[in-house]
Amino acid sequence: MAVTLKINGENRSVDADDETPLLWVLRDDLRLTGTKFGCGIAQCGACTVHVNGQPRRACVTPLSMLEGADVTTIEGLEGREAEAVRAAWAEYDTPQCGYCQSGQIMTAAALLQRTPQPSDEEIDDALAGNICRCATYVRIRKAVKAAGEKLEG
Amino acid sequence: MRTLNIAGSTFSIAIIAALLSACGQGPSEPAAPANDVNGLKTPAAFADIADDADRAAALFGEMSKVMLHPRCANCHPREGGPTQGDDMHPHSPPVVRGFGMGAAGMECSTCHGPANFAFASMEGSIPGAVPWMLAPQSMGWVGATPAEICAQIKDTERNGGRTLDDLVFHNSEDHLVNWAWHPGEGRAPAPGDQETFGALTAAWAQAGAHCPAG
Repeated sequence: MAVTLKINGENRSVDADDETPLLWVLRDDLRLTGTKFGCGIAQCGACTVHVNGQPRRACVTPLSMLEGADVTTIEGLEGREAEAVRAAWAEYDTPQCGYCQSGQIMTAAALLQRTPQPSDEEIDDALAGNICRCATYVRIRKAVKAAGEKLEG
Repeated sequence: MRTLNIAGSTFSIAIIAALLSACGQGPSEPAAPANDVNGLKTPAAFADIADDADRAAALFGEMSKVMLHPRCANCHPREGGPTQGDDMHPHSPPVVRGFGMGAAGMECSTCHGPANFAFASMEGSIPGAVPWMLAPQSMGWVGATPAEICAQIKDTERNGGRTLDDLVFHNSEDHLVNWAWHPGEGRAPAPGDQETFGALTAAWAQAGAHCPAG
């Protein structure tokens, strides 16, 4: 089936089976490889994107639910929260291997859009589904807190 | 003799009718309502209980087989977040109730969509329905007895202000309730079907919505 949707602000028409996961479309068809494949079963968070402003695991998002949707990937993430997160990520040297970081950043930006100055508990709750095999969790939490403080200032 | 003849004729007709009936060729009669659908008794199974309170209590006991089944109870926790699987283990990845639909940034809809979705890279599926969400905490009943659940769902302070008619409608028609019998690959459905669950709820309400003892 052909689905028309917006990806990073650009209109796209994707012709694929309606059960095709969005992650397959992004990486294989559109070559937007910043969104990573980790587990394929919504357990790790590496494939997190935003769909109509809502964080979504692209590996379990079928094309059939995306007609007319507005999808944002790490390549197209913009706005105050995104800038604050990027700056804080750099300040704290947050990534180690970096594989999970696009998913971590997409979730962190969504959290800050909803809760601009999150507590440690709110950060942990939001990011509990984003696994980091390098265990950079302490730096991630610090960076999200710092990004929130930047937004406040 | 005349009397004997009539009696003999009647007896013969009775035998013929019985034989025809046994052969399935007798006059067609409405089939008796089924007493069981996929492991859930129907209201007909309780029709012989004359006392309304006893019948209502028995009907609710049957309803509770659905309400305490993991397909329903996993999202009716009394404490903490949802559970999953037939063994009702904690949800993975870890999630919290938050505002009822998860934490900010990790909402239920971060993973769960409007319908079940089969994994593309391995066996299994992620469940989905509209809206995928936890029951309100006041409607959590994991670990409760049928009697406690019965009192709980009738209490308008805890059930969202629902009347008995609302409860019948909810159990008969609600889309998320319906998911319990269409849970997707890798999950066993709740006993019965939604039609039977709704009919049990209606029969319970009609019998006075009395609760089981204990």
